[in-house]
Amino acid sequence: MIIIDRRQLLLAGTALAAALAAGPAGAAESIRIGEINSYSGLPAFTLPYRNGWQLALAQINERGGVLGRPLEVISRDDGGKPGDALTAANELVARENVVLLMGGFFSHVGLALADFAAQKRTLYIAAEPLTDALVWEKGNRYTFRLRPSVSMQAAMLAEEAAKWPAKRWATVAPNYEYGKSAVAAFKAAMAKKRPDLEWVAEQWPTQNKIDAGPTVQALAQANPEAIFNVTFGADLAQFVREGETRGLFKGREVVSLLTGEPEYLDPLKGEAPVGWLVTGYPWYAIEATAHKAFLEAYQAKFNDYPRLGSVVGYAAMQAVAAIIAKAGSTDTEKMIAAAEGIVVETPLGPVTFRASDHQATMGAYVGRTALKDGKGVMVDWHYADGAAYLPSPEEVKKLRPGG
Amino acid sequence: MDFLVIQFLNGLASASALFLVACGLSIIFGVMRIVNFAHGSFYMLGAYIAYTLAGPLMDWMPGGFWLALPLAALAVAMIGALVEITLLRRIYRSPELFQLLATFGIVLIVQDLVLILWGPQDRLGPRAPGLEGAVNILGSPFPAYDLLLIGLGPLVLLGLTLLFRRTRWGVRVRAATQDREMVEALGIRQDRLFTAVFILGAFLAGLGGAVQLPRAAVHHAMDLEIIVETFVVVVVGGLGSVAGAYLAAVLLGVLNAFGIVVFPQISLVLAFLVMAVVLVVRPLGLLGRPEAASRSTTGLWDTPIRPMARGRRDIVFVLALVLAVLPVFAGSYLLTVFSEVMIFALFACSLHFLMGVGGMGSFGHAAYFGLGAYGAALAMTQLGLPMEAAAFAGPVLAAAGALVFGWFCVRLTGVYLAMLTLAFAQITWAIAFQWDSVTGGDNGILGVWPSAWATSAAAFYYLTLLVAGGGILLLRQFVFAPFGMGLRACRDSPLRADAIGIDRAAHQRLAFVVAGAFAGIAGSLYAFLKGSVFPDVLAIPLSVDGLVMVLLGGLQTLTGPVVGAAVYKVMRVFLASWTDYWRLIIGIVIIALVVAFPRGIVGYIQQRIAPLLDRPEGDQPKAGPP
Repeated sequence: MIIIDRRQLLLAGTALAAALAAGPAGAAESIRIGEINSYSGLPAFTLPYRNGWQLALAQINERGGVLGRPLEVISRDDGGKPGDALTAANELVARENVVLLMGGFFSHVGLALADFAAQKRTLYIAAEPLTDALVWEKGNRYTFRLRPSVSMQAAMLAEEAAKWPAKRWATVAPNYEYGKSAVAAFKAAMAKKRPDLEWVAEQWPTQNKIDAGPTVQALAQANPEAIFNVTFGADLAQFVREGETRGLFKGREVVSLLTGEPEYLDPLKGEAPVGWLVTGYPWYAIEATAHKAFLEAYQAKFNDYPRLGSVVGYAAMQAVAAIIAKAGSTDTEKMIAAAEGIVVETPLGPVTFRASDHQATMGAYVGRTALKDGKGVMVDWHYADGAAYLPSPEEVKKLRPGG
Repeated sequence: MDFLVIQFLNGLASASALFLVACGLSIIFGVMRIVNFAHGSFYMLGAYIAYTLAGPLMDWMPGGFWLALPLAALAVAMIGALVEITLLRRIYRSPELFQLLATFGIVLIVQDLVLILWGPQDRLGPRAPGLEGAVNILGSPFPAYDLLLIGLGPLVLLGLTLLFRRTRWGVRVRAATQDREMVEALGIRQDRLFTAVFILGAFLAGLGGAVQLPRAAVHHAMDLEIIVETFVVVVVGGLGSVAGAYLAAVLLGVLNAFGIVVFPQISLVLAFLVMAVVLVVRPLGLLGRPEAASRSTTGLWDTPIRPMARGRRDIVFVLALVLAVLPVFAGSYLLTVFSEVMIFALFACSLHFLMGVGGMGSFGHAAYFGLGAYGAALAMTQLGLPMEAAAFAGPVLAAAGALVFGWFCVRLTGVYLAMLTLAFAQITWAIAFQWDSVTGGDNGILGVWPSAWATSAAAFYYLTLLVAGGGILLLRQFVFAPFGMGLRACRDSPLRADAIGIDRAAHQRLAFVVAGAFAGIAGSLYAFLKGSVFPDVLAIPLSVDGLVMVLLGGLQTLTGPVVGAAVYKVMRVFLASWTDYWRLIIGIVIIALVVAFPRGIVGYIQQRIAPLLDRPEGDQPKAGPP
């Protein structure tokens, strides 16, 4: 029978605490980057994204790293929860001594990380989160964002859609911030060009829980001439299937956000919608040299084709390396100064992080969906440069807190 | 008019799909009294297996598709058998709700297995051969497959009714529902009956998933998407009533179909509004009957709780000392993790006060945690109060919410009560999620950082240690105060408590307010720890986390929730940074703990370890048999 007395307990406790506190020793010379994304929350997008940054990381380190030091990425899963993302961010900054944070998929997670970055005075390169608030009404000087925001993509689509004769419009979007702001941005962009439009119906299915039959029926009942869709993933598949069966899309134009991205188009296989105006990523048809090199390297490394997430992950890592290289240091203030206005070479071409709102000018591919060999593809597409769809620095000043 | 008919049919089709899953859950609960969280996982597995089988079978023979659906359901039934025989059978003697913990472990394991086996991409199965197109009904095209579904629901209902009314097996199952011990005394093997019932339930869930194949994409979040709604259907219908489940499914399906025409956002909260209204008006659901008094004693406390013995107090004192000197050794990250653990320990204790001490199970305890967080955040951002003042707004708002919700909840008992708490929590969540102008919607409230003196990790750690630690000790005092004793009396014997003049409703309402206030303190601290508040502090996963912590530690102990919170939270935080498959590992660990400690960790220590330690010195074990 072992009897533990108080002193032994105290000693054991102290030893345990000390062991926990010691943690791993600081890395000798690599530059540590903290990376957070919703790997278990939305794997369809985030796993290709991880492949993307891993490819870029390997290439950068093959070339000798940055500032003569290799880059090292410490990656964490936030499970789609802002609270867990903050725990991870704190671990990366306080314990792993990362020089900056990158990543994020969901808008609310991105906003939480951005606020954390401002509080802890750490640089945060948001890769994915699409909400306008991230760089505008809740923007801060520590946060930069790579992907074109909701309102940029909505404006790209509205530019084409406004040319159609359709006057009666209906919208369907998931009932959360992304869906709501996408519909608002699309309506605003359309209103500028077409004051004569009529919005006859709107549907707000719960994300991942669309009851597609009644939703399609409710839209058909309003008899719109055109439909703006924001649903994606599993909801989109169900919406498309029900809509096709019930003839919702017959004789109606459809504008659809993100639907051309392989992440969302490919699962539809032979049932991919035809003739929809979408934003997306036609990786199979892009001729630009930078993209060709990326495509070849990606396919060689992963034996799979890239998704849009892969490009975003790849470009985000390139941006991180470029910023550190330009700053010549891993000091946060110097990196912010370097990041403002920096031009980064990405597979989609050069991209500028604007000094005014820290939004990158990355664009999106806009085109029509079609079927080819039993698969959904984008045709008649063009690359819409993000710079053309961003407000001027003066307007941005009014949008951002404290200018 | 035509539109109304079509929309009604749409509602019926959705209802059938929901009913198939719900009836299995209802049967399992009715007979086995198991709150089966894994039912959604069975549904998801049914869909994935059907997807995998459909392709090869369709190539192999015409009509192979129609073979794939029942085969998938059978495969899920086998998985169900495996789960029942290897896991659940071991813990039937555990306290009420403990099986919930085991099924939660299965949910986690299946989530990662699905990701490993089928990959991250959504899968769209083939359309049903022969029923690809639409049938013209009143001039509108209506999917032919949906007509099949509309018929399938009532058909399954009829089949189950015949099974339970007209077969010997069905009669035995109903008898076991009424009185397990008597059935066993009559020589009927209860374990075999239970295994069969669980297999039937899993089969129905698998079938429910499989028939979704032609309608919807198969994806890895299907389990959580369906499970809560299924519980709602079962409870609204009345526990154990299959016909009630069908009625409830139709009610929800049709209300949703028409609801979204008038108010397109309604599906976010409709199910919970309906459940709240039904339970307030009809406390046993639409067709529920009062539960037969169970003779099983496993749900009761076999020994009354006592204040901590002197020796244990020493351990607590040493622990407090270690925690107090921790900042000397630990880095800021570790301190933040410990702060979070202590916050969740307080949260778990407040839930335990309601569940363990008050005997009122709560599936919606996140409501008070979230109200606490939002109360503090709103007081800071909207009213401009500093942290010191804003922190009080949290518990006040949480207590107010608990007062309102508790008012209605204490009229109910058992799972009905638990589900009503869930309904209120979800309604609160929906308000926070939808009310953009005040709560910021799902973009949350940012900039809720502590005052300057408390920003450093060490300072906030001490603040948390003081507040959360103090809160836990105070809650403990309540248990042994006259109020706590009255509450325990109401829990253990409502009749006797009533006979000696204890006002049960008043005690239980006050218990809600106390538990809510302390959960609110935890939520308020959490808001300042994270610096921001999002609707997920009100959401179901947090309520489930709370349940897991309490059950893991041991429902019948007072120290259990603290230990459970520490074990679960530390596992979550550290595993998530070590491996991608943290859900798989946590699931396995939970199941291992459930099997090893059928009364929870602290429950096990109290029962098996503590008697050894408490033996007075000099009293050596006797050698040989007495």
